[in-house]
Amino acid sequence: MGRTIIDKIWAEHQIADLGDGTSLVYIDRVFLHERTGSVALKELAAANRRVRNPEQVFCTMDHIVDTLPGRGDATRMPGGTEFITETRAAARAAGINLFDLGDDRQGIVHVVSPEQGIALPGVTLVCPDSHTCTLGGIGALAWGIGTTEAEHALATKTLVLRRPKSMRVSFEGALARGVTAKDMILKLIGTYSASGGVGYAIELTGAVVRSLPVEARLTLCNMGVEFGAWTVIIAPDEAVFDYVRGRPFAPRGATLDQAIAHWRTLASDPDARFDRELAVDCNALAPQVTWGTSPQHVAAIDGTVPDPAAEPDQNRRQAMERALQYMALAPGTRLAGLPIQAAFIGSCTNSRLSDLRAAATLLRGRHVAAGIRAICVPGSSQVKLAAEREGLHRVFLDAGFEWRESGCSMCFFAGGESFGLEERVVSSTNRNFENRQGPRTRTHLASPLTVAASALSGHLADPRALPG
Amino acid sequence: MEKFTTLTAVAAPLLRINVDTDAIIPSREMKKVAKTGLADGLFAGWRYLTPGSRDENPAFILNQAPYRRARILLSGANFGCGSSREHAVWALAEWGIRAIVAPGFGAIFQGNCVRNGILPVVLDDAVVEDLARQVSADPAGRLLTIDLHACRLTAPDGTAHSFEIAPADREMLLEGLDAIALTLKRDETILAFQARDRQRRPWIYL
Ligand code: SF4
Repeated sequence: MGRTIIDKIWAEHQIADLGDGTSLVYIDRVFLHERTGSVALKELAAANRRVRNPEQVFCTMDHIVDTLPGRGDATRMPGGTEFITETRAAARAAGINLFDLGDDRQGIVHVVSPEQGIALPGVTLVCPDSHTCTLGGIGALAWGIGTTEAEHALATKTLVLRRPKSMRVSFEGALARGVTAKDMILKLIGTYSASGGVGYAIELTGAVVRSLPVEARLTLCNMGVEFGAWTVIIAPDEAVFDYVRGRPFAPRGATLDQAIAHWRTLASDPDARFDRELAVDCNALAPQVTWGTSPQHVAAIDGTVPDPAAEPDQNRRQAMERALQYMALAPGTRLAGLPIQAAFIGSCTNSRLSDLRAAATLLRGRHVAAGIRAICVPGSSQVKLAAEREGLHRVFLDAGFEWRESGCSMCFFAGGESFGLEERVVSSTNRNFENRQGPRTRTHLASPLTVAASALSGHLADPRALPG
Repeated sequence: MEKFTTLTAVAAPLLRINVDTDAIIPSREMKKVAKTGLADGLFAGWRYLTPGSRDENPAFILNQAPYRRARILLSGANFGCGSSREHAVWALAEWGIRAIVAPGFGAIFQGNCVRNGILPVVLDDAVVEDLARQVSADPAGRLLTIDLHACRLTAPDGTAHSFEIAPADREMLLEGLDAIALTLKRDETILAFQARDRQRRPWIYL
């Protein structure tokens, strides 16, 4: 029987079958950030253990650091400076690669990882951060772990894993103008629920996925964890090999040729069997926007807030009712036209150069509506530099957006900056949980295009209605 | 790590689905580079009346007298989804929770539980709801018993429910084992693998 891409990568990394369904699996790369990586390094040192291969371990500063121009170690997050300075000290002591503040390789961990050629096709990569599945977009088997597991990976170069079930999701058809990878993944979660992928490693495939540029594939995979998946992956192809070429930590010359020859063999065999198969038809897909407090609470931008009374499942009905209360929305409300107070473009979901370019196509020559607080936070220092080289910062600034230093910023609230009590925000991020972007902040997840269109309109708006 | 063998305790029903780790421990409550000092922030968004305050919300279950002694949490599907922060498990453990019974868990969270001496028990929706009904009638008197040797949970009315847990996880909990020390016993195998792999996939080695 044929093998899936996950079977192949797993087999290459399995050091030992430990019986009882678990394997000792080799870990190629570990990435840390100052929020959760600091504890792992500290605890490891306290236990008198060493990082086995520090040259394969990376650390960036993204979660706690300020994103205001002129930033330093001081940050608005209470106690945040301690996270920054302790991470720096622990990273130096361990001899790992650190992308510190002021280093032009700094940025959000999952943006930096492919950008620097650290995540590569076919590698196993772990990070104490749930959105590590983003890197499935370039064909890496990458997943989020806890801090204790990170210590294990650092000290032993391995993890003990149970083999997940396999799933394949095919996105078929073609995307209409104004519809993006973000809308595809929201649609999948909306259709099959936020726990639809629990227990699975999922290959994303189909005509639409194959035609997506690499950065859009990273967006698609980013929200695999919001689908509950252990991880998601897209088979690497020529577009990925072109993307990898020339990246700082990527192989070069003959080694690269050897690697590419190997990467070509990773795709699932035509007769590979999956435990579950799903399909999403993209032909009629509209831009999606969330209305509740789970990514599964999502609808088309030209749709309405659903009525919990129509939900037969009691648990889901109650969750919907709580969500509507939190979001201060009534069933039947039209989503397009819902007034907002703020707009955010950033996060490991949608802050790459292509995302900023897409938003800029709508913002160019226009201005955000009166009273709207609009913020753009490039995903990495490299993205920021590249955007500024092509003048995108001017487009954002002229349109009334703040233009920030890179980091996670207001994707999540850590006690520092927030959008404020009961403010309604349209956001290109990945989580609309209660209080995620601030106490009682009401988050509507959407693509950067929808965020830009909404910022201009002062209410949730369909990007297809604006001439691009 | 504290061993888990058997436990008879008050169980608190928190029957919501998709209880995420942001809800279990809000990011603003993770103030130190440490695994401790987190119990106060557990469920802070629900437990306290205003964000950042410590005014207890009397409506929240863990603030009600018998449930303050809960060692078991009953919850809905996909408990612990969301952020990978292990602080969620550290906060639960420090507050006193030793076992969580739910129809399913976020994958990273479930692994984190096992590594910190908390037993995740997966039981059907209907069973969890029935347990919640039983304990609610008299929370202080109607206790749950969990026996990890037998992989069995006994309801207050005496009904026994078997549950499944991966043998390796079970052993780690029963013995209170340190996973790193266990793996390092295989160090020769790991190093031999690495030497072979270096030949096979030279591009991995920086
Ligand atoms: S951008 Fe948001 S989701 Fe991504 S790593 Fe940072 S905090 Fe997490």
